[in-house]
Amino acid sequence: MHERANRPGPWQTALVSNVIDETYRAKTLTLELPAWRPFIAGQHFDVRLTAPDGFQAQRSYSIASPPERTGAIDITVELIPEGEVSPFFHEIVRPGDRLEVRGPIGGPFTWNSNMGGPLLLLAAGSGIVPIMSILRHRAIAARRVRATLLYSSRSMHDVIYRAELDDMDASDPNAAIWHTLTRSPPDGWKGYSRRIDETMLEEVTRDLDDRGWTYVCGPASFVELTANILVDAGRRPESIRTERFGPTGR
Amino acid sequence: MLTRGFFGRKRPQPHRPLPPGQYLENGFPVLSAGPTPRVDLDKWTFAIENQGARLAAWTWQEFLALPQTAITTDIHCVTKWSKLDTEWKGVTIDTLLQAAGMESRDGYVMAFCDGGYTTNLPLKDLIDGKAMVAHQYDGAPLRPEHGGPARLLVPHLYFWKSAKWVRGIRLMHADAPGFWEAYGYHMYGDPWKEQRYSYD
Ligand SMILES: Cc1cc2nc3c(=O)[nH]c(=O)nc-3n(C[C@H](O)[C@H](O)[C@H](O)COP(=O)(O)OP(=O)(O)OC[C@H]3O[C@@H](n4cnc5c(N)ncnc54)[C@H](O)[C@@H]3O)c2cc1C
Repeated sequence: MHERANRPGPWQTALVSNVIDETYRAKTLTLELPAWRPFIAGQHFDVRLTAPDGFQAQRSYSIASPPERTGAIDITVELIPEGEVSPFFHEIVRPGDRLEVRGPIGGPFTWNSNMGGPLLLLAAGSGIVPIMSILRHRAIAARRVRATLLYSSRSMHDVIYRAELDDMDASDPNAAIWHTLTRSPPDGWKGYSRRIDETMLEEVTRDLDDRGWTYVCGPASFVELTANILVDAGRRPESIRTERFGPTGR
Repeated sequence: MLTRGFFGRKRPQPHRPLPPGQYLENGFPVLSAGPTPRVDLDKWTFAIENQGARLAAWTWQEFLALPQTAITTDIHCVTKWSKLDTEWKGVTIDTLLQAAGMESRDGYVMAFCDGGYTTNLPLKDLIDGKAMVAHQYDGAPLRPEHGGPARLLVPHLYFWKSAKWVRGIRLMHADAPGFWEAYGYHMYGDPWKEQRYSYD
């Protein structure tokens, strides 16, 4: 039923070879891995930071780059201003730094081109990261597989990988990219400007065969709500895979 | 290895040490591989099975009528968060095994759940007050996204072993991987030994 995901290797020291700003609060880091190993799109790495007093913090970050790229991975970190680790990636890390990482990790939230499609991809905020790895893998390995992405962001300025997604939407007849902007849509915005709901899902999936796979990733509340709408709308629970970032607050 | 420029934040210190690599969380994050299953309480049962035979099964009403136990305990998720002093109510596995007339204390069990989840545990980790089937969290019915109506609670192991939406346990002679274990998560999962993944 499920692809066997690849198992994590031991801790290794990655070299940060590049840092780019995706948005005002999302940065992509390229990590060169001395012991790179194959992974499946959707998997993540653990990062471990150690302070001089011995204090350690570990967090998980999804792989953004496609599995076809060997030797290095990209991760994209969204700034949680009151957070412990994500501000470090935003304020401190620079190319040439070394970080302890371990991976690839992760189970059912993975897609391999031989699983086929069509793909319905639903992301909110940094939930786009593992879904981008899936889209990039698909663009390289399986362009005939239809894919529809519905991506919820606060505003246009918060959309991560925007240029690449626009380009995919324009140039790939089997890929459809939809945005919804939940807080401040720009003047003249013709797209959606509300949280994902049943009507929106119905509209974006109108001519998408529902026998494929659905991936939902983002804050826990978004994933819970969206997965429930999908099940109510008749999608098979077994075809829906979820990854939840962050707390529910309860 | 020291991380250049990382000092950690001044954060409320947990009032007791956390397992290695864990941080204190005040919210209640969720780890699930798919949608939250819909559970019909009229059809719900909790079963104990051995070699394909049902040793015992309880309906929801029967389950609630069993002796109830309340515990306050710390929980540790493999995704790195820990939560201290969480309050649960449910039926201990000791109570269930006793009601089923089960004497054996050896071997392994596979917990099975709505949504197709399973997780493997040594039987000895479920007995002597170490585990329960919990249906209340923080004084209220357990919410569906946290495993309601009932989840296993095995707080001394990583929290994925506390299988959500649990419907029963199956006795096994030999250990075998459950759902997350088959993806490379540790067969036992002791947070104090940081047994997160298969070769920790
Ligand atoms: C499997 C997995 C993959 C992940 N992949 C990514 C990824 O690709 N990119 C990414 O940016 N993050 C990702 N995350 C989240 C990441 O691991 C951290 O939780 C996040 O960076 C916050 O860490 P922090 O130390 O800055 O905040 P913390 O100090 O841990 O938390 C500070 C406060 O912010 C809250 N909080 C934590 N995370 C979030 C959140 N996501 N949204 C809202 N509030 C939050 C906490 O409850 C707390 O109150 C992933 C998490 C998991 C479990």
